Amino acid sequence: MASSIRGRGGIGPALPLLTPAYLWLAVAIFLPLSAMALFSFMTDLPMSGRDWSLTLEHYAAFFSSGLYVTLLWASVRLGLEVTLWCAVIGFPAAYVLARVLKGRAREAIFLLVILPFWSNGLVRIFSWAMVLREGGLLDTTLNAILPFRVNIDLMYSYPAVIIGLVHSYVPYMVLTCYLTLQAIDNALIEAARSLGASRLQTLRRVVLPLAMPGLLAGSVLIFVPVVGSFMEPRILGGRTGTFYGTVIEDQFVAVFNWPLGAALSFILLAVVLVILSLAAPILRRVR
Amino acid sequence: MFTTRLLEALGRVWIVLLLSFLYLPICIMALMSFNASPFYQLPFEWTTGWYADLSRNEQLLAATWNSIQIAVFTTVIATVLGTAASLALFRHEFRGKRLLQALLFPPIAIPWLITGTAMLIFFFGVGIGRGLHAILLGHVALALPYVIVVVSARLQTFAPELEEAARSLGASQWQVTTRVTLPWIMPGVIAGGLFAFAVSFDQFVVSYFLSTPGEATLPVEIYAAIRKGFTPEINAVSTIIIGISMGLMLVTARFFKFGGEK
Repeated sequence: MASSIRGRGGIGPALPLLTPAYLWLAVAIFLPLSAMALFSFMTDLPMSGRDWSLTLEHYAAFFSSGLYVTLLWASVRLGLEVTLWCAVIGFPAAYVLARVLKGRAREAIFLLVILPFWSNGLVRIFSWAMVLREGGLLDTTLNAILPFRVNIDLMYSYPAVIIGLVHSYVPYMVLTCYLTLQAIDNALIEAARSLGASRLQTLRRVVLPLAMPGLLAGSVLIFVPVVGSFMEPRILGGRTGTFYGTVIEDQFVAVFNWPLGAALSFILLAVVLVILSLAAPILRRVR
Repeated sequence: MFTTRLLEALGRVWIVLLLSFLYLPICIMALMSFNASPFYQLPFEWTTGWYADLSRNEQLLAATWNSIQIAVFTTVIATVLGTAASLALFRHEFRGKRLLQALLFPPIAIPWLITGTAMLIFFFGVGIGRGLHAILLGHVALALPYVIVVVSARLQTFAPELEEAARSLGASQWQVTTRVTLPWIMPGVIAGGLFAFAVSFDQFVVSYFLSTPGEATLPVEIYAAIRKGFTPEINAVSTIIIGISMGLMLVTARFFKFGGEK
């Protein structure tokens, strides 16, 4: 492929086309992240002539107060649970979409799955409140059907947060799994079956390993934003919805302790990067 | 044979259940925008009053207009910069190219909460400040990697020999790009642009940290309303937006067929 167009050598000829994009990323992503790193070691905002010095106290605050550690663990657990539910719900759907449905039906359902992306995430979260609260749709419907009285008030509870988040993120899992499942050669599955493998064995030994990149990609796309979520827990969780993300939000918009917020953000970033790097070797192995 | 049929039927049921789950809250929301009760009480009483209220709610309309403008500018800027960068990464081999490609992932793989707060700190520190210009700066950075990934994927299907042929026939670099390469990768460019628009229009977290009371986007305004006192006007504006965006999506999908088998 080494044609004369794809010149080898210096970055020179590529620069005019590359510079604008990477300059933009530098100003809006990489410099801010560096600034935040610096900021997390400061005693006070370095603005309007205030005195500041370098300190480790914000990181010390994280480790000395059990609260932050507990909340971080709660957020990681939330991320793992939501990711797991998305896989359990999304993978079979992706399988049916990729291997059972054909032609127009497949195209239509594929579109229907990704269409909610084009609606407002906040509003979708809020509409769950109308469904889940006492006297809401779920409550009313169940009581209309059931002969006995039940009280369903899931609003402001952990399950409500899970439902809202799974609803927001399950399309990612369907999409990424669909892409890998669609690429699996039918002959491989037929070969496994004709060699006497049961359906379950075929699924476990042939389909799942081949679909693993999609499952992992989906998991990363879901886990990362969920660990840092604060809007969904606030709206659907109420007082039970205090997570690591909501604490960071508070530091920036309510308490105005930006340096502590920066330190907490950085610890979250470190945790996310560690988890991503754990996933990376699996991704490479299955390839 | 029988079990195969049974499993396939079960699979279809599963898909229907998934779609019901996905569309339940959207339908409820649309329905409630026509319900008279401001507290979402049943029984249902038909009204279009919330739409009338919406047309008089200047704050909400201004926020909607802000969101549309930001999304359009983000789409244009991110698509142009992203397509240019994809072309450069496709045409040239150079040291450090893998690093540049790897640098596209942090904006996707870092929680928005962290990117948003980092932008707030930095923009505040260097005097860029907060407001619509800061939001635009942030949105383009979030959308760029998606555009580059999508356009690059499309470029994989492009034969570089075509560029070479055009060049040997005397086309200038500009002509090669606009007459040969761009037409071929256009579906990818459009898909990338749609991504950029969706990322921007629905983006809440980064906008939230970068907005000021007078300059908010629609999601930020909705979040404030949910926490202060939510009225069905929000359902009305959301229903209109979902209607328009789904219509646009369907039209685009019809013409460009992404998702289907090419």
